[in-house]
Amino acid sequence: MSDLQDLYQEVILDHNRRPRNFRAIEGGRRAGGYNPLCGDKLTVYLRLDGDRITEAAFQGSGCAISKASASLMTDAVKGKTLAEADALFERFHHMVTAAPDAPVDELGKLSVLAGVRQFPVRVKCATLAWHTLRAAAEAREAIVSTE
Amino acid sequence: MSKVIAASPRLGAAGVTAIRRDFRALHQLVHGKPLVYLDNAATTQKPQVVIDRVARYYALENANIHRGVHALSERATDAYERARASVQRFIHAAEPHEILFVRGTTEAINLIAQTYGRTHIGAGDEIVISTMEHHSNIVPWQMLCEQTGARLRVVPITDAGELRLDEYERILSDRTRLVSIVHVSNALGTINPVDQIVRLAHARGVPVVLDGAQAVAHMSVDVQALDCDFYAFSGHKVLGPTGIGVLYGKTSFLEAMPPYQGGGDMIRSVSFERTHYNVLPYKFEAGTPHIAGAIGLATAIEYLTAVGLDRVAAYEQELLAYGTDALSRIQGLRLSGTASHKAGILSFVIDGIHPHDIGTILDREGVAIRTGHHCCQPLMDRLGVPATTRASLALYTTREDIDALRTAVENAREVFA
Ligand SMILES: Cc1ncc(COP(=O)(O)O)c(C=O)c1O
Repeated sequence: MSDLQDLYQEVILDHNRRPRNFRAIEGGRRAGGYNPLCGDKLTVYLRLDGDRITEAAFQGSGCAISKASASLMTDAVKGKTLAEADALFERFHHMVTAAPDAPVDELGKLSVLAGVRQFPVRVKCATLAWHTLRAAAEAREAIVSTE
Repeated sequence: MSKVIAASPRLGAAGVTAIRRDFRALHQLVHGKPLVYLDNAATTQKPQVVIDRVARYYALENANIHRGVHALSERATDAYERARASVQRFIHAAEPHEILFVRGTTEAINLIAQTYGRTHIGAGDEIVISTMEHHSNIVPWQMLCEQTGARLRVVPITDAGELRLDEYERILSDRTRLVSIVHVSNALGTINPVDQIVRLAHARGVPVVLDGAQAVAHMSVDVQALDCDFYAFSGHKVLGPTGIGVLYGKTSFLEAMPPYQGGGDMIRSVSFERTHYNVLPYKFEAGTPHIAGAIGLATAIEYLTAVGLDRVAAYEQELLAYGTDALSRIQGLRLSGTASHKAGILSFVIDGIHPHDIGTILDREGVAIRTGHHCCQPLMDRLGVPATTRASLALYTTREDIDALRTAVENAREVFA
């Protein structure tokens, strides 16, 4: 059960049950993400001041990993510039796709998702929100998918 | 297969234990736990006789068919044609040439759409399917509709997952040119009243296609008694190899249809001015077919026939009842598909836990199930869920497998409690 406990840590279960920033933002940028095979579907909203994210939020439904990841992400990118958020995504992506025994980068609260690396088929769940965030930042209309 | 099972009228625990010995895949550890394989609707495991038969073909009998005068070619041709005869007996078709070997159910339905459909269905005509169809019985018809200007009509279902026969009758009209319905739903387990479906369509002179992908491994099928005009299934869901499947068609239909693909074997004579097509079934089997697959499929069918499909069906019904009861005891669990006439499929959702998370947790317990939309997105929309978790049974499934499923699901609930 130990890798399962790594995956479904209390913090993740908590963000799944009570997702943070779970709302729409009117008048900002938004983009949709959809993984039809799993049924994960979300919308990411951003409010920008220049290229700084002043507010990030999301809505939708999906598995615990995709929801917790979206919830943690919206907390993590608030106050960052778009370039900083993008750099964080790179590091996050590296963390969830690294070899199981590779050291885990210090990524603050996002580190709780490091357990995903033991479940390669779940990487797409953990990264859906981030890919959607990137689309929202670039004001892209198309629905994003990580499947 | 041992004598034990051959003798007993009922498939009991001893018979199933003997059957399980024939399936090596079932006896392995996954994540350190004994494998509990409950994804039979996706594909079944293969008994050793099938694996051995395919290996023997490649090791000793490999040759192209219908072409060589040499001994191996003759033997391969003979084995391939005997495989066709096995399939004919299996589904009780009138003639061996009514059995076409294709890649699987998907190709079978595409074949009908692009041959029969392209020549018999036109603008304003209607094709009738149902809400519970697999994408492979939706998309080929949508493509045909785009090509011809025909229209797709969809028979709705009840909340229990049963076909609305009243609506079906209402939808059938002068414009209906074809009905194509799933025999057993892969996502709900519903066994559709196919005899009635056929009768009502025939009363209006409308031919019927049945998607038998989930039926043939679990019940005895008689295409002549059903009187359906086409019947499709996949070898890999009936203990056979992947890449081989069957399209049954009544002679009169197959004769009136143009070929599907052009190439070798499907012609009688070719000149640049004119090509004469071959007789049935070769008209529809262009190119070198999946010879090993057909031979392996025949072996699978013979294996299943030796066990006895009626015994398999009765056994799986007992298991289904046991599984339905076991899962119903889990708090917050809701079964999707509670038709009164059902095959061994247990599709469910649990309040507050996404199927994908259940799938991951079950996998770590060695329990292989499927989560997702099961290639039935319109059905998921109808059920109002993004996905379900599905356990599907086979003749080698045991009560212990169901118990393991239940325990694993309870564990998942604890993780998310
Ligand atoms: C009811 C039904 N129809 C059609 C198919 C398609 O079968 P195949 O993928 O073997 O062509 C399946 C299997 O996934 C099925 O369950």
